[in-house]
Amino acid sequence: MGPKKLKSVSYAKYGYIFSIPFVLAFLIFTAYPIFYTAVIGFTDLKGLGKTDFKFLENPLQNFEAVWKNPSFQKSLENTAIIWICNFIPQILLALLLTAWFTNQRQKLRCQGAFKVLFYMPNIITAATIAILFNTLFGYPMGPVNDLFQMLGIADGPTEFLRDKWTAKGIISFIQFWMWYGQTMIVLIAGVLGINPALFEAAEIDGATSRQVFFHITLPSLRTIMLFTLVTSLIGGMQMFDIPKLFLNGGPDSATLTVSVFIYNQAFSGSYLYNRAAAASMILFVIIAILSGILFYLLRDKDAGKLKKQMRELKKPRRQQGGQRHET
Amino acid sequence: MRRESTLVGRTVSKTIKYIVCIFLAILSIMPFWIMMMNATRGTYEIQQNSISLLPSTYLISNFKVFEGKAFNPMVGFKNSLIIAGGATVLGIYFSCLTAYALVAYQWRLRQPFFTFIMAVLMIPAQVSGIGFYQFMYRIGWTNSYFPLILPAIAAPAMVFFMRQYLLGALSIDIVNSARIDGANEFYIFNRIVLPIMKPAMATQAIFAFVGSWNNLFMPMILLTDKAKYTMPIMVSLLRGDIYKTEFGAVYLGLTLTVLPLFVVYFALSKYIIAGVALGSMKE
Repeated sequence: MGPKKLKSVSYAKYGYIFSIPFVLAFLIFTAYPIFYTAVIGFTDLKGLGKTDFKFLENPLQNFEAVWKNPSFQKSLENTAIIWICNFIPQILLALLLTAWFTNQRQKLRCQGAFKVLFYMPNIITAATIAILFNTLFGYPMGPVNDLFQMLGIADGPTEFLRDKWTAKGIISFIQFWMWYGQTMIVLIAGVLGINPALFEAAEIDGATSRQVFFHITLPSLRTIMLFTLVTSLIGGMQMFDIPKLFLNGGPDSATLTVSVFIYNQAFSGSYLYNRAAAASMILFVIIAILSGILFYLLRDKDAGKLKKQMRELKKPRRQQGGQRHET
Repeated sequence: MRRESTLVGRTVSKTIKYIVCIFLAILSIMPFWIMMMNATRGTYEIQQNSISLLPSTYLISNFKVFEGKAFNPMVGFKNSLIIAGGATVLGIYFSCLTAYALVAYQWRLRQPFFTFIMAVLMIPAQVSGIGFYQFMYRIGWTNSYFPLILPAIAAPAMVFFMRQYLLGALSIDIVNSARIDGANEFYIFNRIVLPIMKPAMATQAIFAFVGSWNNLFMPMILLTDKAKYTMPIMVSLLRGDIYKTEFGAVYLGLTLTVLPLFVVYFALSKYIIAGVALGSMKE
């Protein structure tokens, strides 16, 4: 009697009540600003301290102007290049280290210490890292220049930060260096989540470490790797702190990313909030489309596989049923 | 013969692995080590040789360079502490509350609400920056800490993590017996559910705090008053021309902004690494 009576009291309203703070904060600080940004994209809002605006006669004027702006195109290209040059080595090194750290036959010592050290750069303020690397690559005096001359790699000091591709490369390296540890820890956790029976079976069948890695570990990590890819992409497209403080988009816009472009449009020069808002929306759409594509690939295959399995499970049952009917 | 060669092969491969791992470990430490050593060295010393593995004696004189300049690590530290502390407390409390609403109650919009949280998890934060700035400017909240603290109330990723934890940790029987004893729902959440969530709160608190502490974009567009600057904005001042020749001071400034993070990281590294691994179990 007791529990029944308890159930008849409805607590459902507390589900709503306890969700109110989250929903309110989301609406005020995320949903409304996105909507407002979108609106500003269609207006003439510019100039320091201005908040009043009129809608433009040609509503797409800002979007067209941004899309055709060579700086914006350059920033899109730079963002893509820097992200790809960081992500590919990052995931490859993380996979290699994952294979080493989870190899049961050849256990490495001090794994805990290595993990702590590999992850460390991730927790340090990106702003600090940007300026630190700027100082490390100083010219004509700087630790990297000194090191290169000490090791005999270079004869005289090199002006690293003047070269466009070196500058891009260093930013890619910083991103790679900050994130491979995190990716590795995530992948190792993924491997530890794989059913141990799979590895035991492979052991009994006499599979080599390499075969185990390529035929069991890697396929099982597919979902986690795609998830890493999506989060890294969303983060990478918004890259701001490091390109902004490392060389402020230079030399000659070689490290100008989309976020730095947006910042510079809105908060320097003639304070073009409307153009910056339009650029933000374009970036939003690009990120949404790219993650949409990746999620589609991720979901479709898994769901497809599941459907196939279900069908296969159903088939024999149906046949059996049919046979039963016949007899 | 064959056995011996595989044994040699194994030793070689193991050695290579250790060499690579040690190289990467040095790569992680080296930039910060050079930074900290140069923070104690004079400008002339650094100009002669900018790499030193040992400290020198110019720490105090480097520190004096900051006197009367805009870069003020103490002010930055205090401001960042207030903002990151406030954002962490609010984020943790309300994420737990939202997660509890999602786990403990049967309400019609529960599933749609959870789907919604999963969808907004991926919203890139920076694309709303211009609207956010204009909105805050209109209501006079630039140079205020509120726009940097209050948004933490809606932290979808943290809600998701708390929900996953609560699904495994919460026993509805405890809640029901508290109800029979006449406790109201708010009391149950604050006194019974929150203590259960302590381990999850600790992990998430670290990440929330560090995330807020390191944030540059929002504080940079909202705070114009130098007395309100956060640590990352203080760091950005070190790029200025006044420090072009004061190498020791620049390194010291960078070191001061990193030290608190190092202390937190090495004290809690075990939990942080475990937290990163846990966070990956998002499927």
